[in-house]
Amino acid sequence: MLRLSTPILGAIAAIATALTPASPQAQQLELKIMAPAAPGGGWDQTARAMQQALTASGIARSVQVTNVAGAGGSVGIAQFVNSAKGDGNQMMVNGFVMVGALIMNKSQVTLDQVTPIARLTEEVQVIVVPASSPIKDAKDLADAIKADIGKVRFAGGSAGGVDHVMAALFANTIGADASKVNYIPFSGGGESLAAILGAKVTAGISGLSEYDGQIKSGKLRAIGVSSPKRIPGIDIPTFKEQGIDLVLANWRSVVAPPGITAEQRKSLTATVEKMTKSQAWQDILKQKGWDDAYLGDEEFAKFLKSENERVTAVLKSVGLVKS
Amino acid sequence: MDAFAALANGMAVALQPMNLLFALIGVFLGTAVGVLPGIGPALTVALLLPVTYKLDPGGSLIMFAGIYYGGMYGGSTTAILINTPGESASMATALEGNKMAKAGRGGPALATAAIGSFVAGTLATLGLAFLAPSLVDFAVKFGPEDYFALMCVAFVTVSATFGDSPIRGLTSLFIGLTLGLVGIDKLTGQARLAFGIPELLDGVEVTTLAVGLFAIGEALYVASRRHHAEEKLEPVRGSLWMTREDWKRSWKPWLRGTMFGFPIGALPAGGAEIPTFLSYSTEKRLAAHPEEFGKGAIEGVAGPEAANNASAAGTLVPLLTLGLPTSATAAMMLAGFQQYGLNPGPLLFAERPELVWGLIASLFIANVMLLVLNLPLVGLWVKLLAIPQPWLYAGILVFATMGTIAAKPSVIELSMLAAFGVLGFLMRRFDYPIAPVVVGLILGPIAEAQLRRALAISLGDPMVLVQSWASVILLTIAAIALIAPFALKGLGRFKASDD
Repeated sequence: MLRLSTPILGAIAAIATALTPASPQAQQLELKIMAPAAPGGGWDQTARAMQQALTASGIARSVQVTNVAGAGGSVGIAQFVNSAKGDGNQMMVNGFVMVGALIMNKSQVTLDQVTPIARLTEEVQVIVVPASSPIKDAKDLADAIKADIGKVRFAGGSAGGVDHVMAALFANTIGADASKVNYIPFSGGGESLAAILGAKVTAGISGLSEYDGQIKSGKLRAIGVSSPKRIPGIDIPTFKEQGIDLVLANWRSVVAPPGITAEQRKSLTATVEKMTKSQAWQDILKQKGWDDAYLGDEEFAKFLKSENERVTAVLKSVGLVKS
Repeated sequence: MDAFAALANGMAVALQPMNLLFALIGVFLGTAVGVLPGIGPALTVALLLPVTYKLDPGGSLIMFAGIYYGGMYGGSTTAILINTPGESASMATALEGNKMAKAGRGGPALATAAIGSFVAGTLATLGLAFLAPSLVDFAVKFGPEDYFALMCVAFVTVSATFGDSPIRGLTSLFIGLTLGLVGIDKLTGQARLAFGIPELLDGVEVTTLAVGLFAIGEALYVASRRHHAEEKLEPVRGSLWMTREDWKRSWKPWLRGTMFGFPIGALPAGGAEIPTFLSYSTEKRLAAHPEEFGKGAIEGVAGPEAANNASAAGTLVPLLTLGLPTSATAAMMLAGFQQYGLNPGPLLFAERPELVWGLIASLFIANVMLLVLNLPLVGLWVKLLAIPQPWLYAGILVFATMGTIAAKPSVIELSMLAAFGVLGFLMRRFDYPIAPVVVGLILGPIAEAQLRRALAISLGDPMVLVQSWASVILLTIAAIALIAPFALKGLGRFKASDD
């Protein structure tokens, strides 16, 4: 929770206010959005993008973003569920990574306790190999895994995160034993990218945008993306068209506290839906390279449930969670 | 000659009045946040990101770079004056710098830090301009086994340097290593020593530990000694400015600090802390008056300060050439690039040369601005030390607590700060060095993760640790550093008995 209480942060806030145009027809709606992560990460950027879109399009008069960092969102959600209960003007950003983090951290608070509002964005995942690698496509990688699974070293983000889940799903899908996947977690995309470029590992897994520059410059070869269909303008085949039924996206969403009334839920959903249709939001999506993946409350609730089951099963299969 | 022409063009971009203004805002904000413990440049850039996307990309990136350099500068001021490192990279500065300040030599300490940062920043920015492409090839080849070897060098040199008794130094180091185990294990995702407290899952924050041990511990210790012999603080003794002797003792550490900071900063997992520790231990070994270390040796300020600023420039090497962010601030700057649809990497130099070279040129300008901004303030800063002790230390307590709370507002964090304060007091009281605790917390987790990564890649074969040239050389250095003192001692005894 950055309360901007210190003079320095106050000064930053003053600059921020001076540079943010106020909308003339701003309404009275005042919202609070929690990013359960430190400033700068994906969830924080999503929360701040919402803040920008909601105020710029005049849907809300003011939106305050607070940050509660820690343990893949476990700290934030615990605080959110306890302190915001029944408050119809608060929301929290979350996403795929939180599903695994809560299971692995044996969190007391689960995603069943929050009120799903909407899925907002998603990012496609990619598997890459160094340009010098003999592996040319997903089939080569599958063959290498079938030959000796331990020798195929995957580099990606934190243990139990979306990249790790994807490595396990890849192994599962081609009929290999996911518990034997040799996955090496790195902190942050930079370090794993160095390990891939230096050919210390066989393959790397990450969000597509993170490796985009290296793929375009030819230093990395993308062997497949995890989207259901080919992405327009991107010349990388999907796993599906290569005969591997692996579909996965790193989605981000927004939820409300427990204990809000049906009316409050309806009005929050309407607010968020209106925001996702605004020009300001669409501009931000374009600028950040996020894909619009809007899914309204009921459908999103169903989706959340199925993802929860899928991730739990995967984490069990790789032995990160004891059944 | 291409680089020279490009740099000249970059200068033209950076010298535009608007860009100069952005650089000035950046260094000013950076210095301010560097002074506050807990609030670092990464957080500031993160908060400014959403508001700058309407500005011109060149200007706001120049501002971010100014914040980054400024943060590295500002951290040293509080480290020297009140023994509160503004960020972990200024910890080594606090060791000697605060001793100097207490002996009335705060002026020269601040001056050597400012000028050393300027020299290192300028040299390292030159390195960024001319060596970036070749350095980055080397940096990418640096694998987990090489990092592990580098950590071995750091452990050996650092633990041998602190304190007079190796047993006490090692005890402190192991406290730090234990604290480093707290939190989620990076390789398996399992919680260790977290006792079911969610706040502990991310591990112990380095700034919380450093501020608790250094600042709060110090305040408690001073309070406990108040009725014994009162320690007289002299705000200024002798010259406020650096003497000829100070210059003579500073310039070599500046250059050596740069040699540590720039290449290690360019490594994807290098960071700013390791070069400062390495620089500190090197200066202690090479110093003409090693007995002054621990009592306020100017070399111990000049070297680490140069190292941390040089590493800031080093960090920009992989960021600009590969799009590899290797520090929190660099990651934020990458987000800054991306919000303009720019992807740092090999293509950026070719596609937007005016932006890249404008940024590099503005780093030179930010450096000059920082020097101009900081040197006249030296006289003002040292007046802080003239504040009566009870007020000064009460102020430090408020300041340290505020910084920690601003960075992470939680009861657990505050309790940890207090607990580390008590630990710092006890360690001072019973004469254990405190720096190795922080060193253990920083290096331990990196060494562990890199070793286990190397073994995971080699499928458990330990020979991977000596497979690359870099790791062989580094491990040899570590072995020599470990054995040499004993060997020399033995040799000395042999000679003595020969007489």
